[in-house]
Amino acid sequence: MYPPGAANDLQQRLAALSSPVRLIFFTQTFGCDTCLPARQAADRIAALSGMISVEEHNLVLDRERVAEYGVEWAPALAVVGERDAGMRYYGIPDGYEIESLVDAIEIAGGGGPSLGDDSLDALDALERDVHLRVFVTPT
Amino acid sequence: MTASVIEATSFPDLAQRYRVTGVPKTVVDDRVEIMGALPESEFVAQILQAGP
Repeated sequence: MYPPGAANDLQQRLAALSSPVRLIFFTQTFGCDTCLPARQAADRIAALSGMISVEEHNLVLDRERVAEYGVEWAPALAVVGERDAGMRYYGIPDGYEIESLVDAIEIAGGGGPSLGDDSLDALDALERDVHLRVFVTPT
Repeated sequence: MTASVIEATSFPDLAQRYRVTGVPKTVVDDRVEIMGALPESEFVAQILQAGP
């Protein structure tokens, strides 16, 4: 669940979305105890804003969608706005870690946190694709 | 650049594979490991260290 008092804050932040955001959820039928609670968490977040929708695909059966979004495991959420910026969340977005997902939703929805100009310039100079895996725990 | 957040308790096998002993831990291109939450400039510098 959300940390105490967080729902109002999240609702206010998500009310500022300027464009629709899709939470594309990947589940699998067997061997995924965390898939149902992850889907429920996605639904709770989507309920906070009319700009957020959830669609579900099966990691094993929907190979085309899995390839399209480059999803590796389930449960997974691809956070996709007007374009797919490659933001994925694996596991249950819960506790204070819901912040990571809400940040991603805000970015996909046309706002959210940004990097400083120096960082953006440095990263713009990269000549290859970079993938970050950020491990967190639900504190 | 793409980014995945991985909730480690849901994926204990991945946490083991990537030697996650504390969080946050960031792995850049499966090669460079960044421990903890660094200031933005240092974080970017570590990403760049993984190659041009």
